[in-house]
Amino acid sequence: MTSTSPAKMRSALTATELKLRRQQRRGAAIRYAVLLVFGLIMLYPLIWLIGASFKTNSEIFSSPSFWPKEPTLDGYINGWQTSTPYTFARFFMNSALIIIPKTIGTAISCVLVAYGFARFEFPGKRILFGTVIATLLLPNVVTRIPQYLLFRDLGWLDSFLPLWVPSAVAGDAFFVFMLIQFLRAIPRDMEEAARVDGANTLQTLVFIVVPMLMPAIISVCLFQFMWTMNDFLGPLIYVSSVENYPVSLALKLSIDTTEAFDWNQILAMSVLTLAPSLLVFFVAQKYFIEGISTGGVKG
Amino acid sequence: MADLQLKTVEKVYGSGFKAVHGIDLTVEDGEFMVLVGPSGCAKSTTLRMIAGLETVTGGEIRIGDTVVNDLVPGKRGIAMVFQNYALYPHMKVRRNLSFGLKLKREPQQKIDRATNEVSGILEIEELLDRLPKQLSGGQAQRVAVGRALIKSPEVFLFDEPLSNLDAKLRASMRIRITDLHKRLRDEGRPATVIYVTHDQVEAMTMGDRICVMKDGHIMQVADPVTLYERPANAFVAGFIGMPEMNLAPAELSADGAPVITLAGQTIRIGAGLAERLTRSDGPVTFGIRPQHVEVVPPGTADALTGTIHNIEFMGHEVNLHLTIGNTNFIAVVPNDKFDHSMKRGDHAALRPNGARVHLFDPSSDQNISLGH
Ligand SMILES: Nc1ncnc2c1ncn2[C@@H]1O[C@H](COP(=O)(O)OP(=O)(O)OP(=O)(O)O)[C@@H](O)[C@H]1O
Ligand SMILES: [Mg+2]
Repeated sequence: MTSTSPAKMRSALTATELKLRRQQRRGAAIRYAVLLVFGLIMLYPLIWLIGASFKTNSEIFSSPSFWPKEPTLDGYINGWQTSTPYTFARFFMNSALIIIPKTIGTAISCVLVAYGFARFEFPGKRILFGTVIATLLLPNVVTRIPQYLLFRDLGWLDSFLPLWVPSAVAGDAFFVFMLIQFLRAIPRDMEEAARVDGANTLQTLVFIVVPMLMPAIISVCLFQFMWTMNDFLGPLIYVSSVENYPVSLALKLSIDTTEAFDWNQILAMSVLTLAPSLLVFFVAQKYFIEGISTGGVKG
Repeated sequence: MADLQLKTVEKVYGSGFKAVHGIDLTVEDGEFMVLVGPSGCAKSTTLRMIAGLETVTGGEIRIGDTVVNDLVPGKRGIAMVFQNYALYPHMKVRRNLSFGLKLKREPQQKIDRATNEVSGILEIEELLDRLPKQLSGGQAQRVAVGRALIKSPEVFLFDEPLSNLDAKLRASMRIRITDLHKRLRDEGRPATVIYVTHDQVEAMTMGDRICVMKDGHIMQVADPVTLYERPANAFVAGFIGMPEMNLAPAELSADGAPVITLAGQTIRIGAGLAERLTRSDGPVTFGIRPQHVEVVPPGTADALTGTIHNIEFMGHEVNLHLTIGNTNFIAVVPNDKFDHSMKRGDHAALRPNGARVHLFDPSSDQNISLGH
């Protein structure tokens, strides 16, 4: 008797355990099924877009399935050529000429401004900071017309300058604010240690603050990249000649100029337009996840 | 190597709060000076002014022959160890150590030699290629000390460097730091150290001299023995020593042999107190350390009788808590001399060792029993 009871108890335990585990597994299965269904519903337009970009123009409207019956690259080839004298390569180039200076400029200028606000006392700081926050709250449309007039007087219309220069001088209050919040969470000890080690303000910023701020800076660049890539209104207002169109405008171009819309071309080019953003996002993703506090301070 | 002088140094923070009230302090070349005091007494503020991390709003700080008030931290010839270590999180230990030398554009060969030497002294060679997050608290602390040591500064500044470590590690780091200081002295390159702590054990065991602070004022600067035996005022007397010195209001009458009246009981204090007194009759604060009383039966002559309200058994000794009048007194009795039949509620008396009695002026808190 005495020898059997622990064994019995053990088997009883395993029975309840098994039951629990089975329940857990069933719960997990249901959860994943629900997530999968919703995920698919959310992704369906994208999946359809990719499928449709390989269809012929007539099949797009005749078949509801996203899988092309006779896959063809016509959409890509003709879409790339466009109906203008320029290929899409030109438009991608234009986009790059806006995005690259804008992103780099944003990163540098916003870090400088945020560092100033977060770490230094200077006369008028409160008012200046208030102004920065106020521009954050101001609706974009309010400044459209004054901005347009300003850039017209500067002779910047139909160039890329109005599209990237404001951001490159820390014009995006949102990013400044985001970096300030990030900096506030980083203890100052490391910067003080660097000053004791003989670093001047700029060296402290470059060697100590920027590396610690890197995840936030990468987020800023990523947001700026994606928002600029997708920006339609800005180029629409300031860029008038086709040769200067970025991809967001060029996509619309094919709708304007063709009488019977070649939807497969539009969809194919849309897929290409999405690609850089997706690629950049997946490459930079791990920096989002990587924590900021990497153990310099304990306690 | 250099000495350090503070002359009527003041600090008023931007908020208008006056944290440091004109303090004077001289730290000799190669001396280990400990700043100690309760939380908020401006130890860190003082240290940070010496480091150049806070502006000096009044007075003068001198390192060697240079007034450093307006010098940036990097030009003051100091190195600092922070409470939170403040290692650069994105740099390997090796780069953490060499960052300061790199900024000075020292030749790589010299940097390597210094890194090897320092990591040898602090036994952190095998950590050189790790990131700070891969270090334990004690290891990170040693790296932080190494980062200060490598610069061979004129003055080392420590701000509660051990307070994040557990008791055992703290004890061993304490010895490591004092050993390092002795070693530098023996090697003929003595380092001046200012060490901030709120832990009196650290203060007493590490300091050549100790500066006791309170509310932005210096209460006394002296070597550990003087501080313990001849406290300049009631604050120092109560702050230094474990358990705290017993302090109680009393009445002194000193014509003939000095007599103290405390809670209605009158005792004679012999042992030359009369010669030590610098003031005559009147109200005083009576002070005696728990180690300097003898537990005697109630009613014994020249002893203060009270009621036992707690008995703490500490192992090698026993802390006996008595209420005498309205005041709580503690007596520390060696275990083998303690009468274990005593219990709460019993009466007992304490006979102070007259040679160890301190009397303080209740209005100024100054010690009036130090002699002339
Ligand atoms: N930046 C500041 N602005 C205003 N007051 C301050 C500032 N920093 C410290 N104080 C005040 O100055 C006084 C001294 O502070 P300090 O940090 O020097 O104390 P401490 O002796 O180091 O205390 P602890 O043992 O807690 O570290 C405190 O009353 C504190 O509130
Ligand atoms: Mg402090």
